[in-house]
Amino acid sequence: MSDAVSALQGKLAPGEVTIREAGLRGMITLRGDLSDRGPRSVCKSLTGVAFPEQGKANVDGEKGLCWMSPDEVLLLMPYGEVGDALAAIEKALKSKHYLAEKVSDARALIHVEGAFAREVMAKLAPVDLHPGTFGPGDFRRTRLGQVAAAFWMRDEDTFAVICFRSVAEYAFDLLAESAKAGAVGHFVEG
Amino acid sequence: MSTRLADQGRLVNKNKAVSFTFNGKHLQGFEGDTLASALLANDQMLVGRSFKYHRPRGVVASWAEEPNGLINMGKGGTFEPNQRITTTELFEGLSATSQNHWPSLEFDVGAINAALSRFLPAGFYYKMFMYPRPFWKHVYEPFIRQSAGLGKAPKDRDADTYEHFNVHVDVLVVGGGIAGLAAAQAAGERGARVLLVEQTAHWGGRAAVDSPEIDGQPAAEWIKSTVQALEKMDNVAIRTRCMGAGVYDHGYALAYERLTDHAPEIDGPRHRLWRIRAKQIVTATGAIERPLSFAGNDIPGVLLASAVRDYVVNYGVSIGDRTVVVTNNDDAYRTAIILKQAGLDVPAIVDARAQAAGPLIDQARELGIRVELGKGIASVKGGKRVTGVGICTQAGEGAVLEEIACDCVAMSGGWSPVVHLWSHCGGKLIWDADQVMFRPDPERAPTGDKGQPFVATAGIANGHLFTAEVVGDGWAAGRAAAKAAGHMKKGGQAPLGHDVEEGPISPVWLMPQGAGQALRAKAWLDFQNDVKVSDVQLAAQEGFESVEHAKRYTTLGMATDQGKLSNINGLAVLSKSLNADIPDVGTTTFRPPYTPISMGAIAGAARGPMFQPVRKTPMSDWHNANGADNEPVGQWRRPYAYVRPGETVHDAVNREVKNTRENLGLLDASTLGKLIVKGPDAGKFLDMMYTNMMSTLPVGKCRYGLMCSENGFLMDDGVVVRMAEDTWLCHTTTGGAERIHAHMEDWLQCEWWDWKVYVANVTEQYAQIAVVGPNARKVLRKLGGMDVSAEALPFMQWAEGKIGDFDARVFRISFSGELSYEIAVPAGQGQAFWDALMAAGEEFGVMPYGTECLHILRAEKGFIMIGDETDGTVIPQDLNLQWALSKKKEDYLGKRAHERSHMADPNRWKLVGLETVDGSVLPDGAYAIADGTNENGQKNTQGRVTSTYYSANLDRGIAMGLVRNGPDRMGEVIEFNKVDGTTIAAKIIDPVFYDKDGEKQNV
Repeated sequence: MSDAVSALQGKLAPGEVTIREAGLRGMITLRGDLSDRGPRSVCKSLTGVAFPEQGKANVDGEKGLCWMSPDEVLLLMPYGEVGDALAAIEKALKSKHYLAEKVSDARALIHVEGAFAREVMAKLAPVDLHPGTFGPGDFRRTRLGQVAAAFWMRDEDTFAVICFRSVAEYAFDLLAESAKAGAVGHFVEG
Repeated sequence: MSTRLADQGRLVNKNKAVSFTFNGKHLQGFEGDTLASALLANDQMLVGRSFKYHRPRGVVASWAEEPNGLINMGKGGTFEPNQRITTTELFEGLSATSQNHWPSLEFDVGAINAALSRFLPAGFYYKMFMYPRPFWKHVYEPFIRQSAGLGKAPKDRDADTYEHFNVHVDVLVVGGGIAGLAAAQAAGERGARVLLVEQTAHWGGRAAVDSPEIDGQPAAEWIKSTVQALEKMDNVAIRTRCMGAGVYDHGYALAYERLTDHAPEIDGPRHRLWRIRAKQIVTATGAIERPLSFAGNDIPGVLLASAVRDYVVNYGVSIGDRTVVVTNNDDAYRTAIILKQAGLDVPAIVDARAQAAGPLIDQARELGIRVELGKGIASVKGGKRVTGVGICTQAGEGAVLEEIACDCVAMSGGWSPVVHLWSHCGGKLIWDADQVMFRPDPERAPTGDKGQPFVATAGIANGHLFTAEVVGDGWAAGRAAAKAAGHMKKGGQAPLGHDVEEGPISPVWLMPQGAGQALRAKAWLDFQNDVKVSDVQLAAQEGFESVEHAKRYTTLGMATDQGKLSNINGLAVLSKSLNADIPDVGTTTFRPPYTPISMGAIAGAARGPMFQPVRKTPMSDWHNANGADNEPVGQWRRPYAYVRPGETVHDAVNREVKNTRENLGLLDASTLGKLIVKGPDAGKFLDMMYTNMMSTLPVGKCRYGLMCSENGFLMDDGVVVRMAEDTWLCHTTTGGAERIHAHMEDWLQCEWWDWKVYVANVTEQYAQIAVVGPNARKVLRKLGGMDVSAEALPFMQWAEGKIGDFDARVFRISFSGELSYEIAVPAGQGQAFWDALMAAGEEFGVMPYGTECLHILRAEKGFIMIGDETDGTVIPQDLNLQWALSKKKEDYLGKRAHERSHMADPNRWKLVGLETVDGSVLPDGAYAIADGTNENGQKNTQGRVTSTYYSANLDRGIAMGLVRNGPDRMGEVIEFNKVDGTTIAAKIIDPVFYDKDGEKQNV
C-alpha cells in the first residue's frame, strides 16, 4: 500500500494558541440501533472506551467514540486499524441492520491548543462554550465559520476539531486567524 | 462662541492634549473627549450640511441620537463615511472631514437649494420627476446626484480586521446606566450567568451627569461601587463600548463591540460582533430627549437641553456664553442651573407651560434666572450660528413680544424611552398621556418558543423618569429575568434612589401652538433629511395618512439616525393633522440595528481568502501547479483546462479533447458525489428515488440512473453501483452530493421512517480518477494488479482489488464514449495514485484534462448534463430518456407528475442535435425563432440551445437543444437568433455526433 497523507500534512500555526493539523486518524461512521447491545459492545471492544451519552465523546489516546446522532456514532482509532475494525464490526453485527463506512480519508483532524483555545472556538462556532457548560468529554457537531465541523475538548486547553478533508485548509486558516486576533477575555476561568 | 471651561469636565484629562485635524485644520482636544466635544471646545459649531437643502448644521445631541455631526473618518484603507462625531472618541492623529458640502463647509453652493425650498416640498421626488420625461436624464438626475448623498463610498479595501464571538447567557442586560447596573447585580446575585453591555466607554448613563442620590450617596459613588461589585462576580461579565444592536427570535441578540476605534494603535480586530443566545434580555436603554418644533430650531447653536449640560459636566465645554432654555418640563431647568453654576449666563427659561412649580423651578429663580411661563420661541435669529430668539406666547400665532440675544438655545420637549430593542422582536408599546411618551407595554412582550416573554425593559426605557423608580425597576427586572432563567438564589436589597420632585410635563408639538405656514416651514422635525412640520402636514393633506406612508413620502426618520429625534414629534404632528389620537396613528417599525454597525463586523472573518470556503480535492494542489485554469463548481474549484506555456485556454481544451480520444486522458472526478445506501429496504428505496429499476441490478454491475423531483422534473443523474446484496453506491453530480444526500434523508426521515435504510455520504473518502482513452487499459496493465481485461471487467461492471500498490475500486463506466475506467482510491493516496498514472502513462501519451474537455466529449456522444440540458423545468421525456423510466415499477418519485396533461403534452420541446449549416458554433442559450410575434411584439420561439461547443475531433460546432417536436423534424433547418439581431441557420440532427454505435467504449 502506498503511504497515505493527511489533508494538510501536519501544518502548524504556532502562537499563544497553536493550531496543528494532527495527521491521519482512523475513523469509522457506524449507523444502527445504538440502544442495542450489539453495536455498543463492538464499539467498546474496538476502542476500549465506554459508549458515549448524547453530546459526549469518550476519547483515550488515538481511540475513542463520539456521539453523532441517536443512530450514529463515530469510532476513532489509529489509521491502520480501520480495515480490521470494519471486519470485526461486520462479524459482530452480521444479522443486524447497520451501516459502517471508513471515513478516515474524508476528514481532517485539527488541534487547537493554548490558553484561550476556548475563545478561539467561540469566535467560529455557535456553541455554548462556557466552562460551566462545555468541558473535557463534551462533543458537538456544529459549524466552524461556513463549514460543518465537530469538536471535543481533549483537556482544559485543547480542542480537537474534525472537518471534511476538502475544507481542511479553510478551517485551519480560520482557526489560525482567530487565534492570531487574540483573546476576548470573556471565558476568564476557562 | 463655544469654548472649554476651566473647572468642569469629569471625563476629560486636561493634562493630556490630543491633536487631530478637521477639514485639514489642526486642532487640539483632551484625552476623554469625543470628537464633538473637542470640535465644540475649538468653537467649531458648524459640522455639516443637511441632505436636501444643504443648510448649515451644528451639533444637536451628545450621543447616538445625533443627526447632524456626520463625518468622513480616516484615509485609504481605513476611510469610513457617516461616522457620528458624538460617538467618536478622540485619539491622537484623528483625521476627519465634513460631508455633503461643495466647495467648502463654510460656503456651500448647494445651499441655494434652501432658497428654492418652497419648490422642494414633501413628495417632491415623486411629483416633479415624472414630467417632462427628458428632464429626468438631463436636468433632475445630474442635479440630484450632485446635491444628494452624505458620505462618500470607500474606494480601498478595508485595512482592518473583524471577528464574531458566540456566547450563551442566562440574562443579557443592555445598557450600563443605573437601571442596567442594578439589573445586572440583581440577576448576578441570584446566580444567573449575566452579560452587561454598555454602548459608551463609561458606566452610569444620565445619572452620572445629573447625580441624584442612590442608597444615600451621590450616584457617581454608587455607580463606582456597583461596577466594582460586578467585576468581582465570576458569573457576571461586563463590557463597555459594546452596543446592544438587535434582538431577534428565540433570545438571539447582537452586540457590537468597538475595540480599537478609540485607539487605532491597538493590535487586533477593530470590531467584534457578539452573537448572543440569552434566556432573558433586560433592555435598560434609557431615553432620548425630544427637540421642540419652532422656527429656526435647526440653526447651529440650538441643542437638546440635556446635551448642553452633558457637554458642560462631562467635557467642560460650554456651547455659548448666553443660553436660552426652552422647555415644556422641569428637567430642562437642570441645564439652566448647571450653566448658571458654571458661571455662564442664562438670560431666560422659556417654559411653554402656563403653570409650573417645584424645587427645580424655585432653585432656578433663586439663582436669579428669569422664568417666562406660557411663552415659546417664535423664531431663532441667525444663520450659521444662533444670535438670538424672538419670544412669543405659546398659545398665540407667533407675534414677537421680545427679542433676547443669545448664542445657544437649549430645548427640551420631554423624553422618549429607547424602546427599539424591546420592539425589534415584537414588543408592543402603549401611549402614556401623562408622561407624554410611548413606553413598553409589559403585557405584550416579545415571546419565546413556549409563548414566554423573553425581553423586559427597565428604568427610563420602561417609562420611569425618576431615580428611585429607575434603580428599583432595574433591580426588579434583573431579579425576575434571573428567576425566569431558572436562578433563585437569595440576593441583597434593591437600591434606593432619591431625586427632587418634578411637576407634570405638558405636550408641545408645535411652538407656538398657532404658528402659521411661514413658521411651520422653518420648524424642523428631521434635521438630517430636512423634513419640517409643514412637510408632514402636507403629506397628511395629500392622503398619506398611515404613519408608514407619511414616513416614506416625506423621508421623515429615514436618514442614518433612523429618526431617533424626529419620529415621535413627526407622528404627533401627523396625528394633529389627521385629528386623530397619537396612539391611533402609532409608530413606524423599529428595526435592528439600533445604530448603524460596520459591514466588517457583519462579515467577521469571512473576507479575502476566507470569504467563502474553497473545497479542494487531494489533487487540487497538483492541478494548480500544472497550469489549471479553474472554474467554480459549487464550492469546488475544478480545472477547466490545463494550459501549457504558449497556449490559450481554447488551445488547451482542443488539445485535451483530441488527446483523450486518440491516446489517454486523466480526469479528477473526486468531486462527484458518492452516497452509500445500505439496508434490507435499500433496493425498494432506490426504486422510489430513481426512475429506473435499481433493485434488480446484480451485484458487481453499474447502471445509469435518473432522479426526478416529486413534480417530475429531472434533478440529478449518475451511475448506481450494486456493491453487495444490501448495499448500493450512488454517484451523484458534483453539485448534487450534499443536496441528494439531504433529499434521501428527507424521504427516509419524514416519509418512510419505518424503512430499514441507512445512507452515508462518503464523497470525500475517495479520490476518483477517470482513466480515459484507447490506451486506458494499457496504463492500468502496466501498473499491474487486478485483471482489467474486457472479459474480467466488461463495460458497466465494477471490481475491487489492487492497481499497482493501491487499494482500488474500479468502475468501467464512461462519460466520454471512450474506453474508460473510473478508479477510486482512499483520498490520502489520491495524489500518489495520480502521480503513478502520470508516470506510467507517459509512454501512452497521457494528459490530464479539465471540465471543458469532459463537456465536449460527452456532447459529442449526445450525453446530457444536469444543469445544461436541465434547468428545473425539464423532464426525462424531453430528453428522449423514456428508456430510463421503468414501466414495471408501481411508483417512483415523479411518476404521477409525468401523467399531468402538460407533462404529457406532445408539443413539449425535445432534445435534438444541432449542426450549423456553416460549421460555426451556435451561441449558448440562443432561441430558435418561429413565425409571428407574441403579444409583447417579440418574435415567437420554437426551441433553444442547451449546450454548444467547438469540437476539435469533428472540426466544427456541435450543439444540443430543445426544439418543439424536434425528433420528428430531423434534417429540417431552423434559425437561431444572435445578440446582433441576425440569425444563424442550423440543421436538426441526431444528438449523437460521434461513434454512434458505441464501439469505442465497449472494447
